[in-house]
Amino acid sequence: MRPPTVTIKKEPQNDGTAPGDATAAASPAPDPKARPARRRRDLRDHPEWVLVPGVFVTVMLLWEYLVPALGIDEYVLPRPTSIAEALVTQVSDALFWTHMKVTLLESLYGFVIGVGAALLLGTAISQIRLVEKTLMPYIVAFQTVPKVALAPLFVVWFGFGMTSKVVMAAVISFFPMLVNVIEGLRSADADRVQMLKVFGASKADVFRRVRLPSALPFIFAGLDIGIVFAILGAVVGEFIGAKEGLGYLLLQTNYNFDIAGMFAVLVVLSVLGLIAHFIIRTAQKRFAFWAEDNTVIGA
Amino acid sequence: MAIKTLGRRPRTAAAAQASDDSWIELSGLHKIYRPRKSEPTHALSDIDLKVGRGEFVSIVGPSGCGKTTLLKILAGLIPRSGGTVRVAGCEVEGPLPEVGMVFQAATLLPWRTILQNVMVPVEVQRLDRAVYRERADQLLEMVGLGGFEDKYPDELSGGMQQRAGICRALVHDPAVLLMDEPFGALDAMTREYMNVELLRIWKESGKTVVLVTHSIPEAVFLSDRVVVLSPRPGRIAEVIDIDLERPRELSVMASDRAGVYVERIRTFFNAQGVMD
Repeated sequence: MRPPTVTIKKEPQNDGTAPGDATAAASPAPDPKARPARRRRDLRDHPEWVLVPGVFVTVMLLWEYLVPALGIDEYVLPRPTSIAEALVTQVSDALFWTHMKVTLLESLYGFVIGVGAALLLGTAISQIRLVEKTLMPYIVAFQTVPKVALAPLFVVWFGFGMTSKVVMAAVISFFPMLVNVIEGLRSADADRVQMLKVFGASKADVFRRVRLPSALPFIFAGLDIGIVFAILGAVVGEFIGAKEGLGYLLLQTNYNFDIAGMFAVLVVLSVLGLIAHFIIRTAQKRFAFWAEDNTVIGA
Repeated sequence: MAIKTLGRRPRTAAAAQASDDSWIELSGLHKIYRPRKSEPTHALSDIDLKVGRGEFVSIVGPSGCGKTTLLKILAGLIPRSGGTVRVAGCEVEGPLPEVGMVFQAATLLPWRTILQNVMVPVEVQRLDRAVYRERADQLLEMVGLGGFEDKYPDELSGGMQQRAGICRALVHDPAVLLMDEPFGALDAMTREYMNVELLRIWKESGKTVVLVTHSIPEAVFLSDRVVVLSPRPGRIAEVIDIDLERPRELSVMASDRAGVYVERIRTFFNAQGVMD
């Protein structure tokens, strides 16, 4: 795979050695080792480096000082410092890490199962006409069911343990992945398929060398949505009936009117989602480096 | 630098028997498109054409005269409706390993490096990678892409991408090179440069070339013969022998004789009232 140092695509306006102009084509052999000088990154190019933290700090300060000034009760909307305190208390409790581990495992197992099933079924649907014709009506019908509403059913079927949450996470991450796999495998450029055929490629060759790579950006979009949905599914499952997990902890803090504690758990859940998203994005940049970032199909 | 021909697989018996003076043979070829919901279109009618080994033939014609259809039938990509098509002595029923093709767009795979793109025919035809890897290197060197093997297509200009496309079409050492308006997307300067390059590659590789183009000067400059197609249904209106000395320089196009050829084809198109 391409090393991450290649920055040409993102910076088309760098110095004269940039590709894509006729002068480069007209000279038979420009020095291939000539690399465009890596642009010095400064704040003028990236105003967001200041603006994003700026907005955060402003909102936090307003929240911290405006909320008490407006007479809003700390029980309704705790100040950021109280939330931070609650977060420290939570994190220093060994039990918190057990809850976190449970939710993480539920999400991860559910994600792997849901996404794996979507990959297999999506491939079959996109490649075998009979499978598509037979299953598509059912898939469309199931897709309209609000999956979250199934959580109570899963708890009845699979109990208060991890299994019901894993099933929930799998079901909820399955559909966005399925849609992306089908769409991705169909997205292969007809000219590229034809090019392979001219050179004598079999159907399997075309699948492996064009259809699958073409689907990669879509598959990563599906993984990206899927991992966030898997966490959502696990937490919703824990709401319905559980003895441990971050969703259970959220309910417990709620019952105890520990609103700062609730916020602390929400912060932890957000951070988990962000880390998962970041991991998928990093993998995407490595394995689907040629694709633009915006080829995402929503759920 | 001459590219040596590899003694890879034995060519089919039929190919061995193909007479040297007709490497491509079309007789009575016609093609009718029958779309499900509309009237059938007669795309090609009664095409008879022989192309000799090592010959450079261009096909010109107005938009929609079926030139690309003709090339795709030669490539075995679409079936014909009647007549016979023989390439390198083989009846064309599907894509043949004896054929290499260059497309309108370079059609490189963006997830592969230039070298990996050039090696696509070698991979799908299950040829010996080590042997053809060397040939790919030679070809890239020949078209001025030496040192760009490990670059990705989006790091190259349009002209460089198209040159990589030409290497890909030649890497498996095909007898016939089919080109479908390969330089249509390039700017005028790059296009002229690529024309000169193509003549050099053709001379060094000794391939039989069939080029589809909508540029009359390009056809005259490159070809031994120019086949002029009439509009729908596409028929061969005229075959013009281009009697210009080789090797040709771009300056040959300023000569009176070249001008006469260009004018003759253009007059034909104007008479048809359909020039694109």
